[in-house]
Amino acid sequence: MDFVKDVITGDRLALARLLTQVENDTPAARAALIGLFQHTGRAHLIGVTGAPGTGKSSLVNQLAMHYRKVEDRRVAIVAVDPSSPFTGGAVLGDRVRMRDLAGDPGVFIRSMATRGSLGGLAQATANIVQVFDAAGFDVVIIETVGAGQSEVDVARLAHTTIVVEAPGLGDDIQAIKAGILEVADLLVVNKADRPGVENTEKALKSMLDLAHPTERVFRHHGTNMNVTASNVNRAAKLWIPPIQRTVSTEGRGITELAALIEKHVEHLRQSGDWAVRERARLQVELDMLVRNELVDRFRESIQPETYDEILERVMRREVSPWEAVQSLMNGKRI
Amino acid sequence: MAERKTNPEEGRRIRVLVAKPGLDGHDRGAKVVARALRDAGMEVIYTGLRQTPEMIAEAALQEDVDVVGLSVLSGAHMALAPRIMELLKSNGQTHVKVFIGGIIPDEDLHRLKEMGITGVYGPGASTEDIIRDVKLAVAG
Repeated sequence: MDFVKDVITGDRLALARLLTQVENDTPAARAALIGLFQHTGRAHLIGVTGAPGTGKSSLVNQLAMHYRKVEDRRVAIVAVDPSSPFTGGAVLGDRVRMRDLAGDPGVFIRSMATRGSLGGLAQATANIVQVFDAAGFDVVIIETVGAGQSEVDVARLAHTTIVVEAPGLGDDIQAIKAGILEVADLLVVNKADRPGVENTEKALKSMLDLAHPTERVFRHHGTNMNVTASNVNRAAKLWIPPIQRTVSTEGRGITELAALIEKHVEHLRQSGDWAVRERARLQVELDMLVRNELVDRFRESIQPETYDEILERVMRREVSPWEAVQSLMNGKRI
Repeated sequence: MAERKTNPEEGRRIRVLVAKPGLDGHDRGAKVVARALRDAGMEVIYTGLRQTPEMIAEAALQEDVDVVGLSVLSGAHMALAPRIMELLKSNGQTHVKVFIGGIIPDEDLHRLKEMGITGVYGPGASTEDIIRDVKLAVAG
């Protein structure tokens, strides 16, 4: 199977097979990713995250339908769900909410498990997204449970990140507790037909007011990026995440949400932020890869016995972890 | 990226589609099996109720599954199974192993096996048997 050729020409079985290889990080996957990279960079990447119970999947379903029916854009959906930390298995149930998209050749839905990774999730997701981008999908929606750092890392992959809240899930804003409010470009209050929606909105607004910086800094999903003056359109307005109410089960608020996403894209392009974000996105990816590569090489260069011996010495409090690292890195014995 | 590579001792993660074709109204059994397969370390894509054969075949392809598990309580298995097998084949997924659970009369067992169904499980079946058979079928 020539993955690169087959994926470019629209062979869906080859695409599905390649996604599996990519998830398992095989040599065939690496080769295909290298071959496909020049075909990437067209797709709009949208992250949708939020606590369980906020209705993310049905929101994604509605958004995808909008892109298909109203804008005739091809949509790929990556739905990420947690693996059991004990058994490593997972039940991936996001497709249940997306039956409206069945039978549409312009849609491709792929479920992914987190597989208990630390940062490996973001890399695998980035690779999956690249394959969809190269395959010609116009929009790639990445849906994750916003519960941890790895989801924040996934959010950094997207151009536009939507954080979903819902009323009645407790007094606090779930997104704040999960630490993902900062990554939001858009905030959605789903299940807006439920009581408490005004309170949820008010709470989100006050959090946004607190977070509003007094001076213009470039933020890519909550991180201050170093940007040279020549890249910045100084006249550009700051983007403050708008809040949109939706009732995803009834399709209400979706057109408005799509319009806000489009506004965000326009903002990114006009302000020069798109290029900055692309750069930041790719830098994050590159750094992740470099880090993984360095760790792998380091592990290969160290004899397990040497490593174990030093670990034993740390355990006996003969040497501190910092000194141990120095000795491992320099090959010297302390 | 050592964490994401599959554990060489365990082999690849087995991906299973658990689907409810036809007009069955409840899915408690299917969910029990789905959770059992998860506890055995597999990744289970659960489709929900009222799936057409076309929807099942489409999901099997997009998710690149190793196994399709059909849960049928309505007695419609003799109509649904051949259609699903046919669609899997025409999609190029002949390697996928298909299991059926639910209300299946003994007299249909033989014809289902002839169609290429790998395993048939009635109401008394144990999840341990299903797990063992799925692992064997994928390895073989």
